[in-house]
Amino acid sequence: MTPGSTVIEASAATVAGTERVDAPPYDLDAVRAEFPILQETVRGRPLTYLDNAATTQKPERVIAAVADCYRHGYANVARGVHALAERATLAYEEAREKVARFLGAEAAEEIIFVRGTTEAINLVAGSWGRANVKAGDEILITELEHHANILPWQRLCEERGARLVVAPIDERGEVPLEGIAARLSSRTRLAAVAHVSNVLGTILPVREIADLVHASGALLLVDGPQAAPHLAIAVRGLGCDFYAFSGHKAYGPSGIGALWARREILAAMPPWQTGGGIVRTVTFEGTEYAEPPARFEPGTPNLEGAVGLAAAIDFLETVGRPQVAAWEKTLTDRALDRLSDIPGLRLLGAPRERASLLSFALEGIHPHDVATILDGEGIAVRVGHLCAQPLMARLGLPAVVVRASFALYNTLDEVEALAAGLAKAREVFR
Amino acid sequence: MSASGDLRDLYQDLILDHTRKPRNFHPLPQANRRAEGHNPLCGDRISLAFDVADGTIREAAFEGSGCAISVASASMLTEAVTGKTVEEARRLLGAFLTQTAGAAGTPGAADVELGKLEAFAGVREFPMRVKCATLAWRALEAALAGGQPEVRTE
Repeated sequence: MTPGSTVIEASAATVAGTERVDAPPYDLDAVRAEFPILQETVRGRPLTYLDNAATTQKPERVIAAVADCYRHGYANVARGVHALAERATLAYEEAREKVARFLGAEAAEEIIFVRGTTEAINLVAGSWGRANVKAGDEILITELEHHANILPWQRLCEERGARLVVAPIDERGEVPLEGIAARLSSRTRLAAVAHVSNVLGTILPVREIADLVHASGALLLVDGPQAAPHLAIAVRGLGCDFYAFSGHKAYGPSGIGALWARREILAAMPPWQTGGGIVRTVTFEGTEYAEPPARFEPGTPNLEGAVGLAAAIDFLETVGRPQVAAWEKTLTDRALDRLSDIPGLRLLGAPRERASLLSFALEGIHPHDVATILDGEGIAVRVGHLCAQPLMARLGLPAVVVRASFALYNTLDEVEALAAGLAKAREVFR
Repeated sequence: MSASGDLRDLYQDLILDHTRKPRNFHPLPQANRRAEGHNPLCGDRISLAFDVADGTIREAAFEGSGCAISVASASMLTEAVTGKTVEEARRLLGAFLTQTAGAAGTPGAADVELGKLEAFAGVREFPMRVKCATLAWRALEAALAGGQPEVRTE
C-alpha cells in the first residue's frame, strides 16, 4: 500500500438503522438449497461465493422462470394478437409493474427496461443529456463513481462543450455534502451519483444530495446496482429524478435492468435508440413516437429477462428485504472484525454507513496472488481496479485491490473461511 | 480456470524464491536495448534492460512491480538470457511461450532446454495467470526486435 493514502482504517458501521442479528432471520439452509451452484464444489471444496457485488448467483425459481418462459410463454411482446403473443405481452407488463413496486415508483409507465445500469445511464445521457446539456453547462459526479457513471457524462460533456465537475470524497470514503453544495451552481444541469460505492461500500445520503441538487435547479440521477439487492429503495422518498439498477446483481438474469424516471421527465425526452415498436406513425417525411415507456424500448424486448427479474424480485421479497439487510450487516460486521485482526491487511475506507462489501489489500502480496490463493480454497472474490480507476488514483493505491462482497445466502462460516484463506496467503508469501 | 490446477504447481518454491529475492533487480544505465511490459488491468509494470554487444547479451536487469508470477518470471528471464546470443535468447523465448502459453512452435525452439524455466509449466493450468508469466517475455521480444518500447498484455 502506498504511504500517504488518506483513507483511514475501517469501522464496523454498516446500514444505518439496521440491527445486527445473532442468527439468520430466515431459514438460511432453505435459501441456500434454492441455489444450484451452491451445491457444487470448486477445486474439490464447497463453493464460497463472495463476489456478489460483481454478480449474484441465481435461485432455482429464477432459472425456472426463464426456462418456463421459453417452454410455455414465448412470443414477441406487444406485436400480434395470438394467444402466445398475449401471454408474452402480459408477462412483460406484469414484470414492469413488479419492478415499479420494487422501486416505489408511482406507475409502471415510469419503468424502462434496459440491458442493465450501463445502458440506462447511456440512455439518459444520450436522450435527456443531448436535449438539455449545452456548451458551458456542468454535470456533477463524485470521486467514487464507477466508470459506467463517468464515461457517458464525460463523453456528453466533450460533445457539448460542457464541463464535468467532480465532488471529492473524504478520508472515510464518504462524499461530504459541503463538497457537493460547493460545486453546484446555476450552470449545473445534472448530478449523477452512486447509491452505494462498488469499491468502498459507502452508502451515499441520496435524499440530502437530492435536496441540494434540486435547490440549484438541476436533476439527480442515482446509479443503484450496488444498492438494489441490499437496501429498501423508494425512489420518490429518495427524491431523485432517475434511478438505474441491474437484474443480474439482484439474483436475476443478466441482460435486463431498469431505468426509473419521473413521468414528466420521460414524457419530455426524445427517443435514444430508434427502431420498431416505439412509434405511432412512420412516414419517410417524419415519425410520431409513442409515449414512454415504449418510446425507449425499440426492437424485440428481453422478455425472458424481464420475467426472470420479476421472479428475482419475488424471491428477494419472500426472504424479506429488512431480514436480508440485517443478515448482510451481520456478515459484514464479522468480516470487518476478522479482517482487522490480520496483520498487514489494509481496508479501504471507513464509511459510517456501509453496504455489504469491503475492499482491501494485503501488504507485500499482489491482489492477484491473494485471489488465486483464495480460489484454491474454493473462495471467489473480485480482484481488479473495480472499474473505478479515478478512485484508485485518488486513494493513492496500486492499480488493483481485492473485494469481498456478501449476499443473502452467505454464512458466517464462509466469512471465517475468507479470514483463514487470507491467513494462508500470508503464510505462502511469508 | 482448470479444475485440475493445483496451487503448488503455480507457486513452486523456485518461483516464490525469485518473488522474495528478485535477481538482477536494478537499473542498467549502460543498457542499449530496453522494453517495458505493462498490464493496465492489474497494474503490473516490468521494465527490462539489456546490454548487448557483438550479438551477445552481456547483462540483463529489470525493475518494476507486479504479482509473484510476473516478478519471478522477469527475474528468471534475466538470469536465463545473460551470456546468450540474441538468436539463442529468441529461441528460448519461443520455447518459453510454447511451454507456458501454448504458443505455436517457433523454429528451433523445440531443441531448447528450458531448465529452471520449466517451473512455469504449471501456469498453463491457470489460464487467468498466463499473462503474468509471459509479461516480461513479451517485453524481451520487443527489446530484441528493437521496436515498440512498451508491450501491453491484458
